[in-house]
Amino acid sequence: MNLPLTIKETKEGLLAKKFSAVEAVDEYLSRIEKNKDLNVFLTISGDLAYQKAKIVDADLQDLPLLGAVVAHKDLFLTKGVRTTASSKVLESYVPEYSGTVVERMEKAGAIMIGKTNCDAWAHGASGENSDFGPTLNPWNKKYVPGGSSSGSAASVAAGLSLISTGTDTGGSIREPANFCGVVGFKPTYGAVSRYGVVAMASSLDCVGSFGHSVSDVETIFNVVKGPDGYDSTVVDRKWKIKNGKLRVGIPKEYFVEGLEHEVEKSVLAASKVFEKEGIELVDVSLPNTKYAIDVYYIIQPAEVSSNLGRYDGIRYGNIRETFGAEAKRRIMLGTYVLSAGYYDAYYLKAQKVRSKIIADFDKVFEKVDAIIAPVAPTPAFKLGEKLDDPLKMYLSDVCTVSANLAGIPGLAIPFGFSQSGLPLGFQLMGPRFSEQTLFDLGKLFQKSINYIPKLP
Amino acid sequence: MSKLTKADVLHVAKLAKLNLSETEIKKFLPQLSSIVDHIGELSKVDTTNIEPTSQTTGLTDVFRGDEIKESSLDQDKALSGTEKNHNGYFKVPAILEGRTDK
Repeated sequence: MNLPLTIKETKEGLLAKKFSAVEAVDEYLSRIEKNKDLNVFLTISGDLAYQKAKIVDADLQDLPLLGAVVAHKDLFLTKGVRTTASSKVLESYVPEYSGTVVERMEKAGAIMIGKTNCDAWAHGASGENSDFGPTLNPWNKKYVPGGSSSGSAASVAAGLSLISTGTDTGGSIREPANFCGVVGFKPTYGAVSRYGVVAMASSLDCVGSFGHSVSDVETIFNVVKGPDGYDSTVVDRKWKIKNGKLRVGIPKEYFVEGLEHEVEKSVLAASKVFEKEGIELVDVSLPNTKYAIDVYYIIQPAEVSSNLGRYDGIRYGNIRETFGAEAKRRIMLGTYVLSAGYYDAYYLKAQKVRSKIIADFDKVFEKVDAIIAPVAPTPAFKLGEKLDDPLKMYLSDVCTVSANLAGIPGLAIPFGFSQSGLPLGFQLMGPRFSEQTLFDLGKLFQKSINYIPKLP
Repeated sequence: MSKLTKADVLHVAKLAKLNLSETEIKKFLPQLSSIVDHIGELSKVDTTNIEPTSQTTGLTDVFRGDEIKESSLDQDKALSGTEKNHNGYFKVPAILEGRTDK
């Protein structure tokens, strides 16, 4: 059975009774079964999905996510459905409540189909740090799907769900979206509540989504954004709407040694699409970009070591020895940079350099409305390629971490394929709360190239 | 930047309440060492008169009313995450040992 690849067409199809929500769930579950080898799902919630589908079919309402089948990253707490963070520590943890994003999507008519695999605790850029085995890239099973939201990106790419949720602390939505050829969106820090989402690094964590079109991640954002009274970092404010001619900056620091030629070509070709549509391209400079990865790998593990301190195996979960190697490494690194005698040299220093990185963006955004850049230096890499060298794996985050340090939104958009058939694409970044501009640019782009999503 | 030593790793593991095996220590020492070397590069950046950033919202001191919300978990639900409970309490490992002078 062919199912629509957008929220809008799904809703229209249901309202026009072209197919039922129960039939859609049938189809997604059979695809999940057929694609078991991709290792996308850790838990499949088929019974709940049928329950919800019957409710949708019985009372077809004009809801924003009506009948949209969603897969949640296994970091999102789902009442009554096992939530593991892909770690053995939480392998049998069943939450008593759902996160705000899960609940808001549910109320907006979405149907949850299951929980997706990821790097344990969201630590990784390949999905290989999952304690339940790696997820494979649906376009080529020898390659990683990216991480940490590996299963969520692969789920949408392989058509195992219409949409999915993810978290982005240093690129964990944008990078897998890029590797799997789907749209991935990271909102402004403080735009969406993290309540009921397993915390990684609290000054960087953002929750966002995956879909086939920019329109879909925009629809999801409009459903989940705004204060809920449970996450005090969420800001209640109006979103900026920019009228008039838009300018897009090309930051030279993102086009340096190590950037693969095919990736560079794809990003520059995308910028030409914008130019053709009347967007002015401006060369810009973010001189402190080269320090972003070091700043990130101090601040992030420091916050990780603090957040993972709560897992003591007493109230829920298993004992600390159950942590996998990567979680242990980050806890150790974070504890080290926060420990007496090293705090000033590492943690405080990194917080200061973070201010310089933010100042770079502030300055550039006086001149341009958005920035276009690669998402990662290479397309998807092979399974195992970086697994034994954590530092090499960390460097995969070089193009994405700055947006998290600055708290700005990022939108990864697919554009073409490499010679070996792996997805390519680019990201747009904008000032804080400029989501609407990014969505408008993204929709303009997909319209301009007449983008028609396809499954592998 | 000075190289990490095995003593550093053991000290940090103790602070982080992690019991590492010999194999883990052997594996982590060079890995952490190379990462610490890399992030140590930041010492070269001039940060004179730069204020540190701890978060990007610009918010300070967010308050809420001191009210009980409906969604608070009851005792059974709060205890549902573990089988190690007794009479409505969590059971924890002993942290004090018996007297040895008796």
